[in-house]
Amino acid sequence: MPEDTTPEKVVEMRGITKRFPGVLANDHVDFDLWRSEIHALLGENGAGQSTLMSVLAGLYHPETGSIVVNGKPVSFSSPRDAIQAGIGMIHQHFMLVQSQTVTENILLGLDRPRFRMNLSTYDQEIATLSERFHLKVDPRAKIWQLSVGEQQRVEILKMLYRGAQVLIMDEPTAVLAPLEIEDLFKTLRTMIQDGKSIIFISHKLNEVLEIADRVSVLRAGRTTASGVSTEGVTRSDLARLMVGRNVILSVEKKPVTPGEVVLSVEDVHAESDRGLPAVRGISLNVRGGEIVGLAGVAGNGQRELADVINGLRKCQQGRVRLHGAEISNQPIRKNIQGGMAYIPEDRTHVGTAPSLSITDNVIMKKYQQPPIGHGMSVDAKAAEKFAQQLKETYDIIVPNVKTQARLLSGGNLQRVILAREMSSMPKMMIAVQPTRGLDVGAIEGVHKYLLTEREAGAGVLLISEELEELLALCDRIYVIYEGQIMGEVSDGTIETIGLMMTGTPLEQIRPYGQGAATHV
Amino acid sequence: MSKTTATPDIIQRRLPITLQVEPRLKGTSPGLSIITSLAAVLVALILGGILIALVGGDPFATYAHIANVAFGSLGGITDTLTKATPLILVGLACALAFRMKLWNIGAEGQFYIGAWAASAVVLIPLLPATASPFLFIPAMMIAGMLGGAAWGFIPGFLKARFKVNEVITTLMLNYIAVAWNNFWIFAVWTEGGFQMSPMFPRTSWLPRLSDLAAQIKDFRGLTLHGGFIIALLAAVVVWFILNRSKWGYEIRLIGDNPKAAEYAGIPIRRNIVLVMMASGALAGLAGMSEISGVVHRLQGAISPGYGFTGIIIAWLAKLNPYAVIIVSILFGALLLAGREIQPSGIPKMIQGIVLVCLIASDFFTRYRVRIARRTEA
Repeated sequence: MPEDTTPEKVVEMRGITKRFPGVLANDHVDFDLWRSEIHALLGENGAGQSTLMSVLAGLYHPETGSIVVNGKPVSFSSPRDAIQAGIGMIHQHFMLVQSQTVTENILLGLDRPRFRMNLSTYDQEIATLSERFHLKVDPRAKIWQLSVGEQQRVEILKMLYRGAQVLIMDEPTAVLAPLEIEDLFKTLRTMIQDGKSIIFISHKLNEVLEIADRVSVLRAGRTTASGVSTEGVTRSDLARLMVGRNVILSVEKKPVTPGEVVLSVEDVHAESDRGLPAVRGISLNVRGGEIVGLAGVAGNGQRELADVINGLRKCQQGRVRLHGAEISNQPIRKNIQGGMAYIPEDRTHVGTAPSLSITDNVIMKKYQQPPIGHGMSVDAKAAEKFAQQLKETYDIIVPNVKTQARLLSGGNLQRVILAREMSSMPKMMIAVQPTRGLDVGAIEGVHKYLLTEREAGAGVLLISEELEELLALCDRIYVIYEGQIMGEVSDGTIETIGLMMTGTPLEQIRPYGQGAATHV
Repeated sequence: MSKTTATPDIIQRRLPITLQVEPRLKGTSPGLSIITSLAAVLVALILGGILIALVGGDPFATYAHIANVAFGSLGGITDTLTKATPLILVGLACALAFRMKLWNIGAEGQFYIGAWAASAVVLIPLLPATASPFLFIPAMMIAGMLGGAAWGFIPGFLKARFKVNEVITTLMLNYIAVAWNNFWIFAVWTEGGFQMSPMFPRTSWLPRLSDLAAQIKDFRGLTLHGGFIIALLAAVVVWFILNRSKWGYEIRLIGDNPKAAEYAGIPIRRNIVLVMMASGALAGLAGMSEISGVVHRLQGAISPGYGFTGIIIAWLAKLNPYAVIIVSILFGALLLAGREIQPSGIPKMIQGIVLVCLIASDFFTRYRVRIARRTEA
């Protein structure tokens, strides 16, 4: 076991430097990985942790530096070389063929089977492997039938099947629901017991402290902590190492007296993209000057509900009212004009147009009205001036407003969306997972802006999976499970909400309804 | 600083210099794309020259001849512009639709229907042969545009209403349009059994430069007609629509990300129909211009595949309306001069080489190739 002597080093990276045009992504970085450990690699977006690991996985070739794997110096020119040396990387975006089965995806690119696809024997092999590491997935299922969590398991199996001894996981929890995260952690622990080693890239401090044995921190391409044991380290220690200053993890909430009901949702029913009932009779309300949370494990109808409120999805039954007037199934443009703002879950695919400029992206909901829209034309000068103003007010870091949106980092892109939505002085704002995938600094910014909206008297409906975020920001929290509201709390604990998120109605947790607001 | 020494085997195995390909993160400046396009044409001409030399020709003489035919005289230049006129309009039609990622492969059919509808004004006749050109020409333009728009409406409506793939419908409608045209010239408007309509009255002709030969002697025999002016104006209008109008903003937003457009409250289905109709109208206008400016009658082969060339032109112009004009003129020159040196064969190959090089050069506008020394920089 690792304790008796100096631990065995599986990977040793020394003085790695990797340059991209205009960016020094890694500046003489050192990194060690011991056998049977989970080593977290922490850093803000763009701090260089993904680059460093891509170097180790053979995707990039470093300008300087050496890599030693199991005592032997290596040089990888492709991921294939890396996997042959036992190093496999699981990317944030899965690389799976949707129309093929789990087994077919795992075998893809291997020399076996040669010609005859004797799939059933391989199915068996993969079933055994998945059982051994608690990676529950049906080898015969097609990828499109699987949840995101299951697809991730396929990616892990792919690497294990290729004999990976070192697994690099790039923000594996970003796409998972809380329960799936628990399963993943179980798997990771099984793997290290089996003698494998794991590098865990993340910027979620809690998770790092929970799962990792040691942690290394990168900031702006340089190491700020190298292989520190996680014992006795606190979240704020890590946050400081990451961003180089003290970060306020708790938010400052000014007292605001809630005003009138802005949004009321009455017994709403809606279907998912596949035509299955996703929202099944939801009622809730949001008052002005109030942040109301909607907690729940992803896929329980939150996204569909947000779409219905904004008019993007058909409301099959029930009503949505904005300031008392019914808005269900009315054109989206009317909702926008009525003061509805929406921060969608998917920043790149719904929230922005990637190849258009920042200017074009921020006028999305403004091009119809003066001063930007005149008659049939769009005033390019006024639009640019408006974009310039937002760039300054909301700290969007780009060379100029003509830059294409796709060149922006996640945090900057979210600022573009926030700037656009907030500049319309909304009466009601729906924010779905607004901080997902952002680093600590950017999260702080988003929280600040949501609180600004609240102070300005707008109603905010915050849909999130991050319970701590919800508890810190919200005045009230509804919990959704399988398209239904499990209850509403204003002083809930993580435990209560956690139980509700897994399907226990509030009445069963607190039979007398103490402390709970009126249940709807 | 002290160097690490653990990687001798890496360094020895490789050349001291490598080529590194990196995406251009900052986007591309317009100057760069012009330079790479010019370089691509130059490379294409060198390759084409080698080809000509291989078949025993003199590349320099051939190129000189091409340049001379296309641009060497007033007559050459005007002929080139005449050839470019339908290409500009059809290229604009494609560029407009492609901006919204509507794959209108049906400009050819819309061209034919536009030509047919414009002819109908003369041949039905909707206007007497004695009507003033000031009445005739606008009426034919409107008819041509309406015809093309109607032909664009069908796939647009089918896509908006039933999600039918527009690539298939527009492509198939091309064949129907040609057959429709044939039916009329064979059966209805035939002139003494020939597969063509009677010659149109002069009042329905677009004015030509040669009409001014009485005043300016040099204009004698020049074929350039008013359609060229119409095409240039159309380019300005399309540019304005795309870059300065609310509608154009909607088109660009839908083209880049339909989900974001929906989220911004933009009616996507309505725009699918409208853009297909506008695209069809431009192609129909090209048909009218060709009928009224060059052919002066409705007949079978009025288009040597203008509608399909328009697709290539739109791409090469990167969907920029002004670039469509320049690319169309180059294509017009190749069409014209190509026929001069050989009816088919080498000129077509040169056209092909130019195309391949231009498309391949796109790589250099999106990626940067760096020569890097393998040792520490």
